Amino acid sequence: MADVERINTPVEAAIAEHFAGVKATLPGDAGTRETAFARFTEAGLPHRRVEEWKYTDLRNLMREAAALAPALSDDAAKAALEASPWFSGVDAVRIAIANGHVVASASDLADLPEGVTLETLSQALAAGHADLAHLGAIPEAGDNIAVALNSAFMTDGVVIRVKAGTKVTMPLHLRFVITGDSAVATATRSLIVVEKGASVTLLESHDSADALAHQPNNMVEMVVGDEAQVAHFRIDGHGTGAQALSTLTAHLGAHVAFDTLNIVARPGLVRHQVYMTFAGEHTKGAVRGATMLTGKQHADTTLFVNHVAPHCESRELFKTAIDGNATGVFQGRIAVAREAQKTDGQMMSSAVLLSDGATMNNKPELEIFADDVLCAHGATCGALDDDLLFYLMARGIPRPEAEALLIESFLGEAVEEAVDETDEDLREALLSVARTWLAARS
Amino acid sequence: MLEIKNLVVEIEGTRILNGLDLTVNNGEIAAIMGPNGSGKSTLSYVVAGKEEYEVLDGEIILDGQNVLEMEPSERAAAGVFLAFQYPLEIPGVATMTFLKAALNAQRKSRGEAELTTPDFIKRVNAAAQQLEIPKDMLKRALNVGFSGGEKKRMEILQMALLEPRFCILDETDSGLDIDALRIAAEGVNALRSPDRSFLVITHYQRLLNYIVPDSVHVMAGGKIVKSGGKELALELEANGYADYKAQEAA
Amino acid sequence: MPAVQETIDRVKEIDVDQYKYGFETIIEMEKAPKGLNEDIIRFISAKKEEPEWMLEWRLDAYRRWLTMQEPDWARVSYPKIDFNDIYYYAAPKSNEAPKSLDEVDPEILKTYEKLGIPLREQEMLAGIAPENRVAVDAVFDSVSVATTFKKELAEAGVIFCSISEAVREYPELVQKYLGTVVPKSDNYYAALNSAVFTDGSFVYVPPGVRCPMELSTYFRINEKNTGQFERTLIIADEGAYVSYLEGCTAPQRDENQLHAAVVELVTLDEAEIKYSTVQNWYPGDAQGKGGIYNFVTKRGDCRGKNSVITWTQVETGSAITWKYPSCILRGDGSRGEFYSIAVSNGRQQIDSGTKMIHLGKNTTSRIISKGISAGHSENTYRGLVSAHRKASNSRNFTNCDSLLIGNNCGAHTVPYIESKNASAVFEHEATTSKISEDQLFYCMQRGLDEEEAVALIVNGFVKDVLQKLPMEFAVEAQKLISISLEGSVG
Repeated sequence: MADVERINTPVEAAIAEHFAGVKATLPGDAGTRETAFARFTEAGLPHRRVEEWKYTDLRNLMREAAALAPALSDDAAKAALEASPWFSGVDAVRIAIANGHVVASASDLADLPEGVTLETLSQALAAGHADLAHLGAIPEAGDNIAVALNSAFMTDGVVIRVKAGTKVTMPLHLRFVITGDSAVATATRSLIVVEKGASVTLLESHDSADALAHQPNNMVEMVVGDEAQVAHFRIDGHGTGAQALSTLTAHLGAHVAFDTLNIVARPGLVRHQVYMTFAGEHTKGAVRGATMLTGKQHADTTLFVNHVAPHCESRELFKTAIDGNATGVFQGRIAVAREAQKTDGQMMSSAVLLSDGATMNNKPELEIFADDVLCAHGATCGALDDDLLFYLMARGIPRPEAEALLIESFLGEAVEEAVDETDEDLREALLSVARTWLAARS
Repeated sequence: MLEIKNLVVEIEGTRILNGLDLTVNNGEIAAIMGPNGSGKSTLSYVVAGKEEYEVLDGEIILDGQNVLEMEPSERAAAGVFLAFQYPLEIPGVATMTFLKAALNAQRKSRGEAELTTPDFIKRVNAAAQQLEIPKDMLKRALNVGFSGGEKKRMEILQMALLEPRFCILDETDSGLDIDALRIAAEGVNALRSPDRSFLVITHYQRLLNYIVPDSVHVMAGGKIVKSGGKELALELEANGYADYKAQEAA
Repeated sequence: MPAVQETIDRVKEIDVDQYKYGFETIIEMEKAPKGLNEDIIRFISAKKEEPEWMLEWRLDAYRRWLTMQEPDWARVSYPKIDFNDIYYYAAPKSNEAPKSLDEVDPEILKTYEKLGIPLREQEMLAGIAPENRVAVDAVFDSVSVATTFKKELAEAGVIFCSISEAVREYPELVQKYLGTVVPKSDNYYAALNSAVFTDGSFVYVPPGVRCPMELSTYFRINEKNTGQFERTLIIADEGAYVSYLEGCTAPQRDENQLHAAVVELVTLDEAEIKYSTVQNWYPGDAQGKGGIYNFVTKRGDCRGKNSVITWTQVETGSAITWKYPSCILRGDGSRGEFYSIAVSNGRQQIDSGTKMIHLGKNTTSRIISKGISAGHSENTYRGLVSAHRKASNSRNFTNCDSLLIGNNCGAHTVPYIESKNASAVFEHEATTSKISEDQLFYCMQRGLDEEEAVALIVNGFVKDVLQKLPMEFAVEAQKLISISLEGSVG
């Protein structure tokens, strides 16, 4: 690497120091980690002059860099898991990951459904597992600095394979928790390979205490084979002390049905990025989100939807409710390559601003090279609709409740679209996040 | 029951109501007729408390209480019900959720206990049946995808359920075919009672064949220009509003 | 449908495959030496007989420019420009500033006639109703060669002259407003322009005056290796109104030529400016050789309450366009509008759009952008709508539609929508589609050939924007769009 020495901020230097201190203890090929870290060394923490990070200036927002959290004792991990409420009303096979390490004793590893195999990432890395070849299935994600840092620091996670034709009825629930007395960082990476014709529902939840300063960097990579069906529901319940970076990649084959929904309620700072590539024909993919912010929260959702194969359909729906002095960011890019004829891509981002201090930045993008496509995006931003409020109040519903009803239905639209209407438990688990937030608001 | 005195209202600097006086007694059905733009809908919004209207003068007294300082929800709890000319669609809010929220909010503010779910459903079903509202309509989001007639019937259903003291029907007949009109009118007539009053706003006399008023008031230029019995409506039907428009222009 | 027939006839009569403004005028020119340094700036300033303050202003801009970087964020690519390989001043030799048209070189008058821009008032008047008259300022390379109807405008109190003349004759107005909308160091090209601008138009409409005719400037780059750096400043004082049109062409040449203009508009209370552009600089040939680099900064400042600025642009020319006519909505109740048609064909690259900056209360803006890409071109809409904390009840509506013709071009939409005010309501919608096979088939079944059918449908696609142009310009623009798309189908 030529002129690598551009580290120039104390935080960047601290990150480099942490890496130097820990790299020998991390599992897997050291060279791969060094290469990934070199990308960070070269670019540094992204700042507002880097177009992709224009609205989330990490150099400005991340003033400290914590060291990787050590593994917890089983008891400490269980106590933290106990306190995490997300998806508790939904029957699922649960896999626990505390402070960046799989906690076998708190996971249903013995009860995995037929046709599903699971290994921890640390085992897989140590053993050079063949499935690891699927990591980085979407190469452009590799240039992203959050991803580069994850690749350098990743400690553990799960490697799941769903065998061809397997219809998994019980959802798999990845439960992430972080706990501690002083600032910690985590880096987890999970890989989900869904073979041809299989179907599976994945739940992913994150939990941590408000008071703890923590810097989680999570990444989930999905490789979805032809004719497979995947539904992914994620609740980001990190506490206000979080500075969370999160990346989801979904590499989709032909005739796939893929859905992901992300709900953000608590984290102080969060950037959730989704890379979805349509590599096979006649695939449908949907990315949705509901974000609710207050105080000084800053939540960024950034999508890279890449249509490479023809005849695919993508749907993106994002809802953001912003109160207090919080800032919401939505960046969504739909790219359609020359070969991806007959692409149908529709993206919508709506925000309601509930207070004078609220800020919303929307940047929906279309990048189109094929002529026979139908692509559209929309973005709206404004206060709650006065006419609707009046209608509700004219029926006797007091203002706070009327507002809550409208906000819930506004956010709920993303949930309703994503969840099968017969799945009451799941819907409840997701909508309750909004209700809890609304209850705290009034 | 309801007394409006010298009501003067502007919206964005334009005078709409210009010293309007109107009294509606207990149990009375009062009809307000008038040409387009005479301020009929404004009157209904101002009584219900819509924000963007600026009341410059006058008062609206309901059962001895001036409602002008009250929030729309407080007025509703006090018994004001407005059947909207254009009922709003609220995507994502299930009709049943909405009905329950409204009913319980009003009960709560009157110091009554919330209804249990079975009780609530029983009441809604009874009202829906009378208004020939199919059950699947109640399962959908409020007014979303409803036809014009369905929306109007949903308004009457809400009126039946909320049992208001003072009901305003704002052009409930517009957009209804004859069967829908009959169903809606029957719904209203079933609610007639000695301690409930109605203000029926309409452009045409047709509705008044079904909902027979005790008094008819003609509105023009933002005030009541003539009052009389139900025969006044027939007279208007025959002669039109031309005289009143001329009066307004003069 | 007579309108349809008219369109078809028009499409038919257009000579294909040729940039019809590509001819060159042979005339003796006076040029400053090639290259850029303080001496060149002094030379330009001296040629223009400028006062000392103007020279100092230019030199300050130049020194700032030296410290700046060429922007690289736009979606365009071109070889690095050698700013020392350009002539910064070229003027027809012979006379001092011509006093009347009789003193203007007949070759130049012929040039403008060929371009369809008669400069003799009597010729202009033939058969035209007084209210449809257009006053023209003709800029040939670095100098304004003629301004028409000056006398009649002066009677109404309207000042319409070249910016060089304004610097000499109305220094207090120029000093008060120049650089207040686009500061000297606003961006790389604006700084360059501030240092070397050679000519352009100046308009001042006094309080309460409605300018009695359309004002127009016609820019022509003729000389080889010459940059054109015009500067336009338009001020509508309280309650004033003016409509201004801008047109431009250049000869067909193998080298790229640089055009870096700055346009500043100022509206005071209750004033209105309509600014329309039909941009038809030489786009280069089908292989991408030659053509104008059109790097332009246009910005309007709605300084007064309830003032209005409307930008309408039809962009068919230039090899590369980098242009974002913007509105700063400072006055309470002010309104900004942007209507754009951008057509790219061949190897053209367009990165254009607008900025609507809502600062005042009750400000409104509207953006309608229609992009059409054909051939191997790239066409990007890039726009910013922002509401600052105090911009309560501000409103924006944005609609960006893109149309692709053929499978070797690109259409991109990059909007930035930033709101810091809860009562601001912003709505943005964008679509990208192709001409529907069904529509094409329908037209062809009725007897149109494919090219005619495309022209017809495209005209429908851009109609919303064409309607915003003054009548004469709209016809011209419609023609241009059809020409630009020639050979893009089949």
